[in-house]
Amino acid sequence: MSVLVYTENWEGKFKKLTFELVSYASEIAKMVNSSVTAVSIGKVDETELRKLGNYGAAKIISIENNHLSTLDNQAYAIVLGEIAQKETASVIVLSNNNTGKAVAPRLSVRLKAGIGSGVSKLPLSIIPFTLYKRTYSGNAFAHVVIKSEIKILTLAQNSFSLIETGSSATIVKMDIPVDSYLIKTKVNDVHKQTGRILLTDADVVVSGGRGMKSPDNWAPLVELASVLGGATACSRPVSDEGWRPHEEHTGQTGKIIAPNLYIAVGISGATQHLAGISSSRYIVAINTDKDAPIFEAAQYGIVGDAMKVLPKLVTAVKELKK
Amino acid sequence: MKILVCISNVPDTTTKIKFTEGNRSIDTAGIQWVINPWDELSLTRALELKDDPANGIKSVTVAHVGPGSSEPTIRKALAIGADDGIRINSESADAYYVAAQLAEVIKKEHFDIVLCGIESSDFNGSMVGGMISEYLGIPSVSAVSGIKIENGQPILIREIDGGKEVVSVPAPFVAIVQKGIAKEPRIAAMRGIMMTRTKPVKVFEPVAAEPLTEITIFEKPAPRTACKFIDAENPAQLIELLQNEAKVI
Repeated sequence: MSVLVYTENWEGKFKKLTFELVSYASEIAKMVNSSVTAVSIGKVDETELRKLGNYGAAKIISIENNHLSTLDNQAYAIVLGEIAQKETASVIVLSNNNTGKAVAPRLSVRLKAGIGSGVSKLPLSIIPFTLYKRTYSGNAFAHVVIKSEIKILTLAQNSFSLIETGSSATIVKMDIPVDSYLIKTKVNDVHKQTGRILLTDADVVVSGGRGMKSPDNWAPLVELASVLGGATACSRPVSDEGWRPHEEHTGQTGKIIAPNLYIAVGISGATQHLAGISSSRYIVAINTDKDAPIFEAAQYGIVGDAMKVLPKLVTAVKELKK
Repeated sequence: MKILVCISNVPDTTTKIKFTEGNRSIDTAGIQWVINPWDELSLTRALELKDDPANGIKSVTVAHVGPGSSEPTIRKALAIGADDGIRINSESADAYYVAAQLAEVIKKEHFDIVLCGIESSDFNGSMVGGMISEYLGIPSVSAVSGIKIENGQPILIREIDGGKEVVSVPAPFVAIVQKGIAKEPRIAAMRGIMMTRTKPVKVFEPVAAEPLTEITIFEKPAPRTACKFIDAENPAQLIELLQNEAKVI
């Protein structure tokens, strides 16, 4: 029996979300009296793989197969399904990111395993296996019982703290034959965002709404994000107007994020927007309208003009970092 | 090529969610049901593709798993422009069950492109599309933010962590669709509404499938603490609180 965790890498490197996943899997392993097996697909060197041990992985299965360099959902489900059976996995943990959302449902049908998706907490109980899950876009939470023998969980990013165990893991290189005809996804072109912190990875997010009045007013907001080492985001009207790229749209139909700190500038706080940010640890609102609903979601608020407040915040952060 | 768009109905986003039966289910009284926003965008894009004859799209069908009372959802999709509808006459038990029903219908009716929204705004599961593809053993592409047809071949844009990829897969396939696929949802014009009654809706009885998950109880989110206001003349105080009280910077 084992708890299997899929540890994705980005050009051979893991990131914080990978370690969150392993920490989470290892807490579950304690609850079900089992141990964690991490599965890595792609070229990752041994030093990097060893890092997973420090978060509680007992065994690391490393698969380097050239056919799997492209994410083909079907092939990934076959490979992970095979390993799950070999390792007699009772629980499988993936990220609730793009890759996890692509692979987990296929794995579910393959293994006849129920999914608890986007979880941010440990199971409420093991018998029955009960999860705490966000529903109605954050307007309600549900207790969900998974009835199947194997359970699949996808963990929301930034929702679980890292737990270092200081232990080490055994690395096993495994070759799972994958026929090339099986890979149906052909990648014709790739556009990568470089040099900036990804919105979904950021601990601090500074976000602008229509209250910013014009796309020309964004400089102090971008500067605040930059001095805080964070990323920028925006509300839906702003991306719809083309003031900011649609990748920045946070909200129900955009990105759902959970940073430690979310600073909403000139955002009124419509239900749809709150649906994308309500899991943030701290929300700060800056708005000229003291009755804006965003202040009900925020722990800290400033009623004032963003154009005056933002530069002062930038100065204050710079003072702090001196 | 034939396109199928899978649609679910969800409470309008501004609906206040209440529960009944000891918080075991949601109180449907007074709920305004709408097409799930992502499904509505999928339908819009499917119709845009069909508008251009060069794309060779023969028909756009919508499929929905729900009892007779959910038929207005299908009619709405037909009014927006879908050619015909399919309803699987069953309450939806869980994603695994719903996907089994849709997969069965796709087997019978044969579609080249199946579009599913990446999640529904009620259970936020992100599961049905991927599950359908595995039931059928066909390729799936997830987080799709663009689709076009080039020389008879569908070309998809999928979002990856930190970028985009332009990909193609052989039909039939399932595309799991997210923001960006269409700009604004298409709304029903008077002519579309008038034509709705003449468009066929096939009703299928469900196949046996066992749900793997069950919601036992709902809870309201914990209320947030009251907002602490900081003087706009002295925003530096905010930075100090974020550092020393919240400890997030």
